[in-house]
Amino acid sequence: MNKLMTSLIAVAALGASHIANAAEYVLDIKGAHAFINFKANHLGYSWLTGRFNKFDGKFSYDANNIEATKIEVNIDPASIDSNHAARDKHLRNDDFLYVDKYPTSKFVSTKVVDKGNGKIEVIGDFTLRGVTRSIVIDAEKIGEGKDPWGGYRAGFAGTTTIDVGDYDFKAAWAGKIQLELLIEGIRQ
Amino acid sequence: MYKNNENQYGLVAIVVHWLSAAVIIGLFAVGLWMVDLNYYSDWYQTAPHYHKSVGILLLALTLFRIVWKLVNPSPKALGENKTEVIAAKFGHHALYLLMLTVLISGYLITTADGRGIDVFNWFTVPSMGELFAQQEDIAGDIHEYAAYGIIALATIHMLAALKHHFLDKDSTLTRMIKTK
Repeated sequence: MNKLMTSLIAVAALGASHIANAAEYVLDIKGAHAFINFKANHLGYSWLTGRFNKFDGKFSYDANNIEATKIEVNIDPASIDSNHAARDKHLRNDDFLYVDKYPTSKFVSTKVVDKGNGKIEVIGDFTLRGVTRSIVIDAEKIGEGKDPWGGYRAGFAGTTTIDVGDYDFKAAWAGKIQLELLIEGIRQ
Repeated sequence: MYKNNENQYGLVAIVVHWLSAAVIIGLFAVGLWMVDLNYYSDWYQTAPHYHKSVGILLLALTLFRIVWKLVNPSPKALGENKTEVIAAKFGHHALYLLMLTVLISGYLITTADGRGIDVFNWFTVPSMGELFAQQEDIAGDIHEYAAYGIIALATIHMLAALKHHFLDKDSTLTRMIKTK
């Protein structure tokens, strides 16, 4: 009871300030309701897709103050999975992701622009293979609300395109990679 | 003529020995070269295909070789120095162990995602699936180091054979070349 009272007071106190309306969400990694996919062109003839299996992240979001949104995602580049062991082994070596030397990759938002109609632009620093560059993710809100198990969820989809040359890839393959971020966060 | 006796190697052991030696050196050279091939090289697809195909056949030959060794008498060592005889025995066993290690780890790299190995488009060796996490990376490291180990030991093996031939002037080398 005492705890509940303290919480209520805390919530009331926080509610007084505007920023505090943003709720904190953690990506649903356990339930695997979040995906980081990539798509690359093969020989100019076709698309190759794959994903990163290990990552985590969090975001703060308030539907009434979208530009205050913050998001951070940490990716384990060694978890790359293109459904071909030999190719994944190659993607992990120094030609591509060089995961022995650069075992982490991450995205941290720096600015969010509300484009209206649920469309948002998330600008942030993306670190890959030891190089950090500012990128823009075109995102949209998919939905939010109560889940059937007593929680509250919000989900977004975003895409961006990076040029591997910007991240010092050494492979003979060069060009652009489309990254797709499909996330669902559980409100904390 | 085909089987070993206490003093001589039979034809089967001799042919298998030299065939293995030639194939191992060839696979090592191709392996070293192919891992650095450019993606757009003509050989990017074919070199690994031949490397794996020959590797599977060498695995079959090596398994036969071990069975053959077990059911045949081994010719007695000709050296008189006890330490050398023990070192030779240890070296030979290490070579067998390394050969199996390289062959099996090679199989594990390629089959880590459930795909089998097509041997010269002749038959397919099925995958056993992913047996442990990061299989292609771990098996890949083992494959590389064990391959270097074979070449290092085989070099010592060759120098030892030459030492027997030219310094000790015994028949250690010649009995691996011709049957009596």
